[in-house]
Amino acid sequence: MPVLLATDVLVWLLVAAAAAYGLHCRRHEHLAAPWARVFRSPAAIASTVVLAFYFGAGLLDSLHFRPQLPQKPDAGQKVYSVEVLSVLDWTLAHLRGRTEKTYSAPLAIRSFAREQVELPGGKIAREFPRLQFGGAHLAKEGHWASDVGWRVFKGLGFAAAILLAAAIGMRILRVRWPEVPWNAAVWALGGLLVLLVPALVLSGGYHVLGTDKVGNDVFYQALKSIRTSLVIGTVTTLVLLPLGIALGIMAGYFRGWVDDVIQYLYTTLNSIPGVLLIAASVLMMQVVIDRHPEWFATAAHRADAKLLVLCAILGLTSWTGLARLLRGETLKLSELEYIQAAHALGVRGSRVISRHILPNVAHIVIIAMVMDFSGLVLAEAVLSYVGVGVDPSTSSFGTMINSARMEMSREPVVWWALATAFGFMFVLVLAANLLADAVRDGFDPRVRMAGTPKAVAA
Amino acid sequence: MFAYIVRRVLYAIPILLGVNLLTFLLFFVVNTPEDMARMQLGAKRVTPEAIEKWKAERGYDRPLLWNAQAEGAGRATQTVFFQKSVRLFALDFGASEDKRDIAAEIGERMWPSLALAVPVFLVGLAVCVSFALLMAFFRATYLDLWGVVLCVAMMSVSTLFYIIGGQYLLSKLWHLVPISGYQGATDALRFLFLPVFIGVVAGIGASSRWYRTLFLEEMGRDYVRTARAKGLAERAVLFGHVLQNALIPILTGVVAVIPLLFMGSLLSESFFGIPGLGSYTIDAIQAQDFAVVRAMVFIGSVFYILGLILTDISYTLVDPRIRLQ
Repeated sequence: MPVLLATDVLVWLLVAAAAAYGLHCRRHEHLAAPWARVFRSPAAIASTVVLAFYFGAGLLDSLHFRPQLPQKPDAGQKVYSVEVLSVLDWTLAHLRGRTEKTYSAPLAIRSFAREQVELPGGKIAREFPRLQFGGAHLAKEGHWASDVGWRVFKGLGFAAAILLAAAIGMRILRVRWPEVPWNAAVWALGGLLVLLVPALVLSGGYHVLGTDKVGNDVFYQALKSIRTSLVIGTVTTLVLLPLGIALGIMAGYFRGWVDDVIQYLYTTLNSIPGVLLIAASVLMMQVVIDRHPEWFATAAHRADAKLLVLCAILGLTSWTGLARLLRGETLKLSELEYIQAAHALGVRGSRVISRHILPNVAHIVIIAMVMDFSGLVLAEAVLSYVGVGVDPSTSSFGTMINSARMEMSREPVVWWALATAFGFMFVLVLAANLLADAVRDGFDPRVRMAGTPKAVAA
Repeated sequence: MFAYIVRRVLYAIPILLGVNLLTFLLFFVVNTPEDMARMQLGAKRVTPEAIEKWKAERGYDRPLLWNAQAEGAGRATQTVFFQKSVRLFALDFGASEDKRDIAAEIGERMWPSLALAVPVFLVGLAVCVSFALLMAFFRATYLDLWGVVLCVAMMSVSTLFYIIGGQYLLSKLWHLVPISGYQGATDALRFLFLPVFIGVVAGIGASSRWYRTLFLEEMGRDYVRTARAKGLAERAVLFGHVLQNALIPILTGVVAVIPLLFMGSLLSESFFGIPGLGSYTIDAIQAQDFAVVRAMVFIGSVFYILGLILTDISYTLVDPRIRLQ
């Protein structure tokens, strides 16, 4: 039975909107030109490939359903589990189900912690027990090295095959778009595949990146966390953009008391320390959500509502920067001759805004949207650490870091959960930053935008 | 100038009222005092009498915004909003949930916060400006290119990683400094080294890149071409002319942040166990102590507005063309 979570709907709406925008750009030369400039940069192409992998995982994780429970043949009605799964869960079912008892190192076959084990002779000893799933297929422990080696080799073989196909495909694309640096795309894809495909092959028999405190596979958690980051980075803009665009343009266009009121609004919002405002709002909404369990069909719905609320709050608290930029730009634009001419011809205000001002500030909106993304992804981790982020049951990089941060003080160090979360997040944010730079250069190198959203700056 | 400052200070009053109203709405309307009482008392001890007693002790037994039973001005003043929020204007912060005086607590915790924030700010500024200057001096070389790459990479690393990684490397592995904690006097140096170091490193990426853009922008101006045409060495151009002029946007940008240094840094204080205002705020958020959060929000916005006014004044000081009216 398919399940529509609110964030799923919004994410897919955004995908549809992006596709529509892409088609619209293709038909209009002046809109396509800046994007063509963006994709002439090797860094932009490479980061697009990396982001495509993240978005792919995130979108697969945004198709939810409730699996049908096994039932007796004579029972008429179908029974569905209360557990909500996604297509990604279903593809990675082998990772989801296999939980160990506690920590285990990457690719380990024995547990990280000693345990009382009953020896065949009836004696009891304390030793590191074999893992339930990690390397369980090995008949002898000595086979570990050769098995891992063989799997890595197989993975690299698959990776090379896919890469070869992709390289040939890009040869063909080069004929159509010769100015795009396809080599960068091949390199980025190669790097991704070399890391990812062997990891997936290994994950069939091992915990590639170890397990966490309660024995969950870290690799699987990291893949699941991608969706949360993407939702926060994209759905937030759904709240941020309308507010920022409408209020910024109104303030700049109408001036007078409208300008005063809007400026008052954003100075007030800005003057509250970002983390405090977000924390206060999130805490309040969480109390409301917790007090009304009847609103939600399953735990997944509730966690999803919390995620959505977090996005809304982040959007409500961070539209001010965009509004200020747009206000300044609109003030400048409305002094220009063509706007004056439109006024002289008797064009109505609403029409001047939609026909003349909006298209001329669109580049600022696009740049702001891309630049906000990485800041929001980083903000999520910080907020989850403070305890005002996503629901603890939602896997996200923030919750992974939060639950793993005491592990550095253990002896020996449990480094894998932290390293995985930071690694996945670093690649995502780096790719987003590089793309944002290219987009800014392609659309308007003169636009100055410093700083990160308020939440991170703290 | 004086009239301008007076006007700006007066303009701050409606903003602060707005801030207060907003925090008030967040804390009292979404969550009624009854809910807060239940949360603070815990599930076990909740009886109607206990809730009433809790509310009376803290003055939450009045109506929220409008007291219809009171006479005259009392209708507006005998309310939770007036008693709790408007009093903040007189710097009367009241007491926290554990019945400690918030003003005294802030006065005490301000010093550790400043001891951390001021060095991070000064050292960070010096390091970032020097790094940016270096990249600008060697612009369009491999040094510049890799410098920018380094900046972007450093920007992409989560602050949490700098903190956790730094603690692990410097304290746990190399035993150079204590992992966390704080003591006054000379011992403070030992405890503050790591948080200051990490604070500086975490800021390098974004700031250096931004300053580099400012330097390069300044280098494209006509007076720079004139200076070069005069035959000045590149070094003299950079340090004699460009640096001075590029420092204007940097310094005026930085002025806005100075008052906020008092607020402390939320993350590093709570990670390093420094008893400053930042960790005070985080603890208050986690304990849902609304009196403290309200006071900190108020102080934060006062400092923010102070920063805005200082920025405007600093513009007139460094650039005589700008006049405030």
